Amino acid sequence: MTQVEDSGARWEHFPHGADIGIRGIGPSQAQAFEQTALALTAVLTDPSLVLPRRRIAIHCEAAGPEALLVQWLNSLVYEMAVRRMIFGRFEVHLAGSALDAEAWGEQVDVPRHQPAVEVKGATYTSLFVGRSPNGAWVAQCVVDV
Amino acid sequence: MDPSLLRQITDSEWRIEPHGKMRVPAVLFATAPLIAAMDAKVYEQIVNVASLPGIQRAAFAMPDAHWGYGFPIGGVAAFDPDDAGVVSAGGVGFDISCGVRLLLTGLEASALAPVRHALADALFHHVPAGVGSRGLIDLSDSQLDDMLGQGAAWALSLGYGVPADLDRTEERGVMAGARPDCVSDFARNRQRREMGTLGSGNHYLEVQRVAEIFSPSPAAAFGLRLHDAVVSIHCGSRGLGHQIGTEFLRDMVALAPSFGIDLPDRELACAPIRSPLGESYLGAMRAAINCALANRQIITHLVRRAFAEVLPHAELAVLYDVSHNTCKLEPHSVDGRPKQLFIHRKGATRAFGPGHPSLPESLRSTGQPVLIGGTMGTSSYVLAGTPDSERVSFSSSCHGAGRLMSRHQASKTWSGRQLVDQLAAHGILIRSPSTRGIAEEAPGAYKDVTAVVEAAESAGLSRRVARLEPLICIKG
Repeated sequence: MTQVEDSGARWEHFPHGADIGIRGIGPSQAQAFEQTALALTAVLTDPSLVLPRRRIAIHCEAAGPEALLVQWLNSLVYEMAVRRMIFGRFEVHLAGSALDAEAWGEQVDVPRHQPAVEVKGATYTSLFVGRSPNGAWVAQCVVDV
Repeated sequence: MDPSLLRQITDSEWRIEPHGKMRVPAVLFATAPLIAAMDAKVYEQIVNVASLPGIQRAAFAMPDAHWGYGFPIGGVAAFDPDDAGVVSAGGVGFDISCGVRLLLTGLEASALAPVRHALADALFHHVPAGVGSRGLIDLSDSQLDDMLGQGAAWALSLGYGVPADLDRTEERGVMAGARPDCVSDFARNRQRREMGTLGSGNHYLEVQRVAEIFSPSPAAAFGLRLHDAVVSIHCGSRGLGHQIGTEFLRDMVALAPSFGIDLPDRELACAPIRSPLGESYLGAMRAAINCALANRQIITHLVRRAFAEVLPHAELAVLYDVSHNTCKLEPHSVDGRPKQLFIHRKGATRAFGPGHPSLPESLRSTGQPVLIGGTMGTSSYVLAGTPDSERVSFSSSCHGAGRLMSRHQASKTWSGRQLVDQLAAHGILIRSPSTRGIAEEAPGAYKDVTAVVEAAESAGLSRRVARLEPLICIKG
């Protein structure tokens, strides 16, 4: 499963025995984080089905880019669970060890979204944040479902 | 896994001798075909577990072992707090106290046939399942504290069940040593509206038929009769357990260097049992066990309500309730010396043998029921602990089939709609909010559960009592 934007930013899933690997790729680390969040949504449903009815703000901090990716994804898992929401658009701003983001989405609509599975949490398995040989930023990990 | 890496002891036991940083051997219980089909990652992970401080006797992999987080799923390891032993969040897993509860119905499966569509609809209506579903209760702060401290007994206090249910639940339905004060507000918020919900993924509610009896005496003691209908509930501690697992894994990763623990894999993160972080995790993890026990207790109540609508003469009694993602303090013997050990079972079921004092009087002569989940198209099994299981594996056995194929591959291979039709042709009714979810959980995406339980019996981990076949499956 892959989705590419005009900027070249894209997301994809990669296989893992019992769970699912999610990967975001973009011209900047922040865009790679945005794409990884879309890959997270795609574990549940097609992100293009999600309407941007409501915006929420997310702030998190962690020591190092990999821990920050896990924290970012787990913050989204938390917001999805507590608000019963699903998100289809993200804007991420990074400053040192801090991440500030906005996520747009709506309440889960089971008939329309046909959500496949809940995500329990982001893990440290296959966790990587860095540049690929062609210079693009990659942010990835396996999520437990 | 390459069998040449292992030393074969018997047809169903293989060994990795200590090397490198390993403190004890690793023992894998599986037949040659299961070993050949096992992920190579299981070798790496079980060797890593055998390297942790304070581990006793050996690191064990059950016949259904596969690639997990730090620990393999199907991993068992015991740690001695008096020997600098550790507790690991990855060794318990994200879905703390995920487990299986089996209910007897007192009815023959044939009695369900005329009303099976109505029963499937009633179960799907009453038991919240899938992403975004909500439970009956909106928990207040004090209710959360009570639930986290009192488990299934708390559910009973609200009218969700009868006292006999507790007698047939591990820990009598209440995990001692729970520390609600160690459970974060984030974890509490995730659980406020999730009590009595099934979840999604591999969690399910199934009506099944007793299709085969292997051991008549324990089957009779368990109340299992050939061709009777039973109900299996497979789920865990929902959002609360997931959040606790996430938070303590993060904290253990961050603090590992301060404990002087060399981690070959971040997800092996752990803390000394006798440390503030270790004690906090144990308190929170035990509270999550209580959450799971309460959750399965409420679902039991909802199942009874659904049956009462369709089959008013059914009397649903709990056969037993097991958890397969836990860390529990248990007395065991190591080299002839009695010890109090913290037994991690990650995707492994406790399997106390006959006579164990923790078993209710009615089950003491048979050994603990061990409940093994299958898929919506294949068999599930009831096993019993053996007199050998303590010596062989710290009284532990397998927990299920284990995945063979990734979710991505499964959803490309099967259509959920077609699977529902195919299973209906075999007399199995599926109810689920998500056709993609059904495809990802296709029976063909799992290993052969029959081969797993045969290996468990051959290795002396537990013995087969009965085989169950699905009739109705509610998937989240």
